[in-house]
Amino acid sequence: MNAQSNAMPESIASAVSAPTVISTARPLYWSIRRELWENRSIYIAPLAVAVVTLFGYLIASMGRALSPDNLAQRRAVLEEPLDFAMAVIMGTAFLVGVFYSLDALHSERRDRSILFWKSLPVSDLTTVLSKASIPLLVLPLLSFAIVVATQLVMLLLSSLVLLGSGLTVARLWTPVFQTLLMLLYHLVTVHVLWHSPIYAWLLLISGWARRAAFLWAALPPLAIGIIEKLAFNTTHFAAMLHYRLEGGAEALTMPGSFPIDPMMHLTPGRFLSSPGLWIGLLIAAAFLSATVRLRRYQGPI
Amino acid sequence: MKVIEARGLRKAFGTTIALDGIDLRVEEGRILGLIGPNGAGKTTALNAILGLTPYQGELRVLGRDPWTEREQLMRDVCFIADVAVLPRWMRVSQALDYVAGVHPRFDRAKAEGFLAKTDIRHASKVRELSKGMVTQLHLALVMAIDARLLVLDEPTLGLDILYRKQFYDSLLSDYFDHSRTIVVTTHQVEDVQHVLTDLMFISHGRIVLECSMEEFESRYVEVTVNPQRVAAARALKPMHERQALGRNILLFDQGDRQQLAALGDVRTPSISDLFVAVMGNHAGPAKGAAK
Repeated sequence: MNAQSNAMPESIASAVSAPTVISTARPLYWSIRRELWENRSIYIAPLAVAVVTLFGYLIASMGRALSPDNLAQRRAVLEEPLDFAMAVIMGTAFLVGVFYSLDALHSERRDRSILFWKSLPVSDLTTVLSKASIPLLVLPLLSFAIVVATQLVMLLLSSLVLLGSGLTVARLWTPVFQTLLMLLYHLVTVHVLWHSPIYAWLLLISGWARRAAFLWAALPPLAIGIIEKLAFNTTHFAAMLHYRLEGGAEALTMPGSFPIDPMMHLTPGRFLSSPGLWIGLLIAAAFLSATVRLRRYQGPI
Repeated sequence: MKVIEARGLRKAFGTTIALDGIDLRVEEGRILGLIGPNGAGKTTALNAILGLTPYQGELRVLGRDPWTEREQLMRDVCFIADVAVLPRWMRVSQALDYVAGVHPRFDRAKAEGFLAKTDIRHASKVRELSKGMVTQLHLALVMAIDARLLVLDEPTLGLDILYRKQFYDSLLSDYFDHSRTIVVTTHQVEDVQHVLTDLMFISHGRIVLECSMEEFESRYVEVTVNPQRVAAARALKPMHERQALGRNILLFDQGDRQQLAALGDVRTPSISDLFVAVMGNHAGPAKGAAK
């Protein structure tokens, strides 16, 4: 009976004090952590690829250390694997990002856990942003860190091999800093900014499709391309898609190949002034806001 | 104060009308049972209250519009929408971490205290727990949140009688006080008969009965009529008649207990008996109305 008489003042007091406690960043932080708990492949896959690459490199450098080296051979054995390791780790991160995004808003509806997530004071905007930040923030940073660590280990191994053959290691280490700076630039421009509409499209489809999200993501672009080809005998849409996937060429003067040494190849001015970048970002923002709206209406499937 | 207030709440899925203009008022400190057959609109009504579905009509929950203010509302409202909606990949410790991270009113020590009374270990994943344990975990999370409204949609479906009894016992002894409000839907009405303070029957998207439990107890009378008095009892216009073990059991609305006691054994009906009686009477006309 005491509870009844105390009830009113208590509930009023708690209603006044509570909303100030948690800032908006906290739910976002915990939502991103939650994604990492659920999708451990985000860090396991690039790490596994790095370990495999290191293992291969170890075998290669041990075999070669015995033979007398000429300069070309040394480059092939000691330096090219660094670029190779970088490429496979980045490629893995891209694949992980694609499959993650296709599943992100689908799995919570499939296993009905969306009803649990929606019972907590986390907005749909926060949820979608936390999911979008995996391919657009977490994966690029993570793969950068893994590439740095892998290359360091490789360089240490190479240095041991070179020292063993009585050669100087200085030349091996000089381009490292530049390469990593290049990589960071490449990550931000291409993997984050240029590719953002791709990830946003995949997230939108994962929030919309009831099943076969992969088909829904791939078929409409294909259909548009086919219709355009048959109706007008043109391939503008296909060219546009290709440009988006391969693109970001404006960021570097040598599209396609990844330049190793000179910093002059970075052309951020050209990249930032290309309309393709800004159109892509606008499309990404439109897809993401559609995803947020969609999640409001979605329940379990 | 009113925790839930709805006027003319309507929701249609295509041509199917799930809610046909419901008026609803739930005061603070009540435990309302929403009882109805499958497809009656219970879950739709709860989804509207929780901001999970758009609706027509007026609806305020704790003074907010649930559809446009779900995020703010969920600071004061908790729900268990279904058994086993906790993500199966999650560890118990992660569930505690996450809710503590995003919910400003979550008391982690309290949740740990509830869990200590169960066999649930922190390192377990939800998929490793039995259905009853998952419900215990969800209840521990929810009871540790200082919310003003708790909504339970079939929270004990598929659980054995021990877990069901324990569920409502801990809800009443460890959670409920008169500043909180609970709305529960269930088919296991016998479990909640002594838990509820208010009762509402819903059928074909309409409220067909609404009363407090005190009212229920004074208003409805069930009489196991002596065989030779059946004709006399029927003359008093019972709302429902059924037979059990060769005897006629008649249910009266607003019956005079003294008068009825002369006809046979008098008692308060169970909710399920009243439910059968009311649904039997309403099935025909209600169907016609929900075209």
